Amino acid sequence: MNAIAYVHEQLTGKKEFPKFKAGDNITVNYKIIEGNKERIQSFKGDVIKRQGTGHTACFTVRKISDGVGVERLFPFFSPNIESIVLNKTGNVRRAKLFYQRKRSGKSARIREKRMAVVATDTAK
Amino acid sequence: MKGIIGKKIGMTSIFDPTGKQTACTIIEAGPCVVTQVKTKESDGYSALQLSFGEKKEKHATQAEKNHFAKASTAPKKFSKEFRDFAIEKNIGETVTVDIFAEGDKVEVVGTTKGKGFQGVVKRHGFHGVGQQSHGQHDRQRAPGSLGNSSDAARVMKGMKMAGRTGTDRVKLKGLKVVKIFAEKNYILVSGSVPGHIGSIVLIQK
Repeated sequence: MNAIAYVHEQLTGKKEFPKFKAGDNITVNYKIIEGNKERIQSFKGDVIKRQGTGHTACFTVRKISDGVGVERLFPFFSPNIESIVLNKTGNVRRAKLFYQRKRSGKSARIREKRMAVVATDTAK
Repeated sequence: MKGIIGKKIGMTSIFDPTGKQTACTIIEAGPCVVTQVKTKESDGYSALQLSFGEKKEKHATQAEKNHFAKASTAPKKFSKEFRDFAIEKNIGETVTVDIFAEGDKVEVVGTTKGKGFQGVVKRHGFHGVGQQSHGQHDRQRAPGSLGNSSDAARVMKGMKMAGRTGTDRVKLKGLKVVKIFAEKNYILVSGSVPGHIGSIVLIQK
């Protein structure tokens, strides 16, 4: 496996992303090509899984668009990913949130994980 | 023709600048030592014998030791002749991944994974006999009839039947060299390559 790790290290460009995991709400800004024009589109939703390691790692984002669930899979090291913004940290107990697919409305919400500093502020 | 002997390492994927992802196989190719040069005058055809992989001194026979001593190298695990090698090489010289360039179309030869004793559906792509319902059972993966009736009264030679499957020599043509890491002797070719991880493969052009 060392050889594969070496190849991954060589291929992987220097890309800085915020740390996020399943349950977090993120916005992915990615490039799309329309005709010969290139523009940036964003996809905002909850991360339901992260998978893979090294150069082939990717994650799935799920959102509800006009009442229809939409999932999109993004490879971390795709040159088309412009930036990732972490909006909210979710409070979940699992690494893969596939149960979200069966839920809708109120039960599909993910509770936000409140940080210690924020908690003391609200206590006042 | 030019070629090199390598070892299959595993698979990964690579992105091109437009974001298209290509699956590719990592092969540790070479460095191979030229252990024999065959010429038209002395052998009737021209070829280079390349050798690859370390072999412990105590596991080498005396014949092997003497053969490799001619190229002043340690005994190697695997040797293979390449006919009409495109590059001039003398005995004892090495062949590295530099003989290929990124974007080249190459052929990869390997031995497929062994599958053991398999039925005709897996081995020859038969479709089985009949259905699951309508009073039938146990016929889903059956070979069906083996031939004629009383005329012939025997099974023809070469009839496709169940048996040992896999471990076939397979050559894949038109694989693209995606990337080369010359300092580590790694070569990345597009798509999959026959054989298990660690198996010997030949890359030719």
